[in-house]
Amino acid sequence: MTGIERYVVPASLEQAVECLQQLGEVTILAGGTDLMPQSQAGRLKIKRTLMNIRRIPELKGIALDGDVIRIGALTTISEIMRNDLVKKHLPVLAEACDHFASDQIRNAGTLGGNICNASPAGDTLVPLIVLDAEVELASKPDGKVYQRTMPLAEYFVGPGKTRRAPAELLTGVRIPLPPAGHVARFFKFGTRPALDISAISIGIAGILNQGVMTNVRVAFGAVAPTPVRALHTEEALEGKRLDAATIESVANVARDEVKPIDDIRATAWYRKEMIHNMTKRMLDHVAQA
Amino acid sequence: MSLKHDIEFTLNGVKRRATVGVGMTTLDMLRDVIGLSGTKYGCGEGECGACTIVVDGASLNSCLMFAVDCHGRNVTTIEGLASDAKADALRDAFVLHGAVQCGFCTPGMMMQASHLLACHPDADADTIKRGIEGNLCRCTGYKKIVDAIASVGETAK
Ligand SMILES: Cc1cc2nc3c(=O)[nH]c(=O)nc-3n(C[C@H](O)[C@H](O)[C@H](O)COP(=O)(O)OP(=O)(O)OC[C@H]3O[C@@H](n4cnc5c(N)ncnc54)[C@H](O)[C@@H]3O)c2cc1C
Ligand code: FES
Ligand code: FES
Repeated sequence: MTGIERYVVPASLEQAVECLQQLGEVTILAGGTDLMPQSQAGRLKIKRTLMNIRRIPELKGIALDGDVIRIGALTTISEIMRNDLVKKHLPVLAEACDHFASDQIRNAGTLGGNICNASPAGDTLVPLIVLDAEVELASKPDGKVYQRTMPLAEYFVGPGKTRRAPAELLTGVRIPLPPAGHVARFFKFGTRPALDISAISIGIAGILNQGVMTNVRVAFGAVAPTPVRALHTEEALEGKRLDAATIESVANVARDEVKPIDDIRATAWYRKEMIHNMTKRMLDHVAQA
Repeated sequence: MSLKHDIEFTLNGVKRRATVGVGMTTLDMLRDVIGLSGTKYGCGEGECGACTIVVDGASLNSCLMFAVDCHGRNVTTIEGLASDAKADALRDAFVLHGAVQCGFCTPGMMMQASHLLACHPDADADTIKRGIEGNLCRCTGYKKIVDAIASVGETAK
């Protein structure tokens, strides 16, 4: 059934990137909540080596590093949701984690797994994109460990596909500390509150100063093959006073900007209307806060 | 032949070894390799919670966990709850409130409830409802289950 020839459990980041470099065909295992059902159902074939990264200390923990919050790739959704730094500085991420699946899945599923699974509906992705998160990638091509970072918004290529090279490991996520006046909202719409893959999700963030939004970030989940930043919608909102007319026109731009699909969860028309209505509602909410 | 791997871990307080397939679920290991059938297979996809166990103090779906990842960890199944006084109270409450009908969801529900009460000893009905979102019950309509869990939380106070 499986063609797994080798199982490795690196004890350090260095060992892990060495394995990736030397063994070539490797499937990385974190919490397994995507990998197990995908491999059991035959949607994914585990490669010749299965590498369990759960014992690597460098991938754990949430810490303040200067003016950046660094979340290790192995941090579980439950740990993020309960973390004081996250609750204080990144409440929108804590909120998204709170709406994620069930307690059991949140306890097992990791942030790195959610990002690398690269589902257009991954629940942490939209909030992280509007928070300007960057991913950290490590590799050891020539005897030395290299780290590079990349904006999360540029990391996704398609469903299940990212810009991570096969010999790279995602080690964590770096999120700049939001400045004073920063507001961020996340909305996920599914048909059931829990354990549901989002039909759509929206993230909006920016700095609100005397009713005017700047540094605007807008992102949508599950309306395209990857989570996407909505640049036109951002532009329509940037530097504008958040009054009823602006909100209505921004919501119209958002509706026109998305090109969703029809599927079993919702029709394209419905998704566009939801984007319009939810963008409007979220901005109303920001304006009143 | 699929690759096998030897692991060593603590199961219900007792150290033990097992030889497991590398792609195998912890649920299959518990039921088929070790022979503990209290943990149930409902969906195999993380949707129903019948397979809930507690690993290093956190509840999770054993159908989603690679058995090899149990190595070095502390695993508790429904069989392991038998020796725990708090779990006795929970079991009695399930019986008293009629929270068991066909019983298929009960082991997973008890595991999740005991984890929930460990995290929130005075959980109210809303916290309990959210805590068992990942556990499906086709029989009781949940109210009796929520009442049973809440009654233990209150008596624990
Ligand atoms: C019933 C059910 C409900 C779910 N509900 C939700 C939900 O509401 N919202 C949501 O967003 N998701 C949901 N998921 C999906 C899943 O739980 C999450 O995506 C989770 O965060 C995956 O993390 P993991 O650690 O379990 O990943 P794994 O399954 O271990 O890995 C996922 C993928 O990422 C790769 N990978 C993992 N870590 C790294 C790394 N550090 N570097 C490089 N590659 C890596 C793996 O090779 C694999 O391809 C659900 C899943 C199930 C089964
Ligand atoms: S059998 Fe594991 S959640 Fe259903
Ligand atoms: S008692 Fe039958 S499924 Fe819950």
